[in-house]
Amino acid sequence: MILLQVTVSGLLMGSVYALFSSGLTLIWGMMNVVNFAHGDFVMLAMYAAFFAFTLLKLGPIFFIPGAAAILFVLGVVVYLGLVRHVAKGPMLAQILGTFGLALVLRYAAFWAFTANFVSLPSNLAGGTFDFYGLRIEASRLLAGVLALVITTGMHLVLTRTALGSRLLAVAEDRNAAMLMGIRPDRMQAVAWGIGAASTGVAGALIALFFYVSPTVGESLSLIAFVVVCLGGFGSVPGALIAGLGIGVIQALSAYLIGAVYQDVIVYSLFLLVLWVRPQGLMGTN
Amino acid sequence: MKQWPLVLIGFLFIAAWPLLVDDVFLQRVGALVLLAAISASAWNLLGGYAGQVSVGHAVYFGAGAYASLVVYTELGWPPIAGAPVGVAVSLAIAALIGTPTFRLRGHYFSMATIAAAELFRILAANWPLLGAAVGLMGPPVPRTVADLSFLSPIPYHYLFLAVLVVLLTLTWKMQRSRMGYYLAAIRGGDRAARSLGVPVLRYKLYALLLSAGFTSIAGSLYAVMVGFIDPDSALGILISVKLLIIAALGGAGTLFGPLVGAMILIPLEETTNAMFGGGGTGITFIVYGAIILLVARFQPRGIAALWEAITTRRASRVP
Repeated sequence: MILLQVTVSGLLMGSVYALFSSGLTLIWGMMNVVNFAHGDFVMLAMYAAFFAFTLLKLGPIFFIPGAAAILFVLGVVVYLGLVRHVAKGPMLAQILGTFGLALVLRYAAFWAFTANFVSLPSNLAGGTFDFYGLRIEASRLLAGVLALVITTGMHLVLTRTALGSRLLAVAEDRNAAMLMGIRPDRMQAVAWGIGAASTGVAGALIALFFYVSPTVGESLSLIAFVVVCLGGFGSVPGALIAGLGIGVIQALSAYLIGAVYQDVIVYSLFLLVLWVRPQGLMGTN
Repeated sequence: MKQWPLVLIGFLFIAAWPLLVDDVFLQRVGALVLLAAISASAWNLLGGYAGQVSVGHAVYFGAGAYASLVVYTELGWPPIAGAPVGVAVSLAIAALIGTPTFRLRGHYFSMATIAAAELFRILAANWPLLGAAVGLMGPPVPRTVADLSFLSPIPYHYLFLAVLVVLLTLTWKMQRSRMGYYLAAIRGGDRAARSLGVPVLRYKLYALLLSAGFTSIAGSLYAVMVGFIDPDSALGILISVKLLIIAALGGAGTLFGPLVGAMILIPLEETTNAMFGGGGTGITFIVYGAIILLVARFQPRGIAALWEAITTRRASRVP
């Protein structure tokens, strides 16, 4: 029973991982650029949610879309101001550019909000309820289910709408897309916006049940990399499966071995998979 | 090497630095610049010359740092005696991680190196032999001169300078040897290099072993000088990032790039730390982040490219 309990909470967390990792996989698949600041975007969204509630007294119904909107704008700005230029340069420049951004965001938050952990009241989305003996916190359930719905929605937008087709066309072949009258630059800006907005929603959801601190983004970035590498880059369904898997593995190893070693298991697994299948579990190459 | 007079002047300036300034803070900055130059030049062998961008070199730095202090805490040896131990451990880790990781290209390689480094950081932070989260201390007072525990930064300055000269001479030789050309081919692209008959994996591994060994020595020297390490200051991801930033700012894949990068960033870091005190680390990393962001945006090949542009323009003007 306890294992089932742990697995369920792992799945709920994993679905949030899947959500922000889908944003990273979209960016990565579109332009083969890695956003090393992805986890720090999530951190900013967590602070946005926290301040929206404490300063403006806005509830989750407002601050979740609010965080998404703020991060969408940030993503577009980062693309236009930085990524568009470094993407043309050597790979080292791409890594430096987004890593520099990560450092600036992380330590600006450190400076502005101090290193203290803060958190939202735990009953914001209702208390804990019993489901045939499983005890589930409402905030985690809300986060998990909403993240699952939005990730699925993202996949549907990518595969079923004209915008999605345009995005995928640019990812497939930039020049051919241009000949079809699609503007790659605009599409990539949109991809960065959507990718960042996914971290906005995810961050606001995580803030419902997790403490907020300036350095929380570091490990979240790594989790997003792991999920994207395992799921195959550019694949939202891959990210979904890998995200849920990582969530469960983390929860189980925290329960069975100890919380400090949960990331050791995740990173070891990641290295192992990379070594055996360098293209990712579900990637093709 | 047409610029040897300039190199000579630079060397004399660095060698004379602690005698030119009378201030302990400035002397200490000089020693730290050299230490950073050693670490970044070591990173440069793999990240610059071979073009394999490692974001996990903290593993080797940490291995050297921990080895130095573990031989002191466990065996009572002088910390510097741990340096060869650190090198041996680093080479073992490098061979173990490097062999499978080098099949990965581009971002995948960088990510694998981050994950491997974080793995070791978490393990060290939970291993009592390594002081767990608290860290390790060196000898509080020097027992013999072999402890290399000095109040003045000047002895460290010359120790570090000697190591840097050895490393840069080796790099210079390497650059002009078969290996230098092989690495340049690998940097241009794995597949192209392989089609030219370059044993890609073997030479990547050589570059990594050389790079890891010297990074480990830098870690040992750091532990000897500072006398205290903990998981974040020896194995943290920021250590890996710092090596990369210093080398990239000066110019990755150039002989003197890392030294130039260190001469700019370390004085900046020490000054902001001194100005903003305890909370200064935050400010320092905002500055660091902003610098590499701007370098990546406007001068992606570092200061070396700027220098090259200036000198070639001058050369073309005078026929």
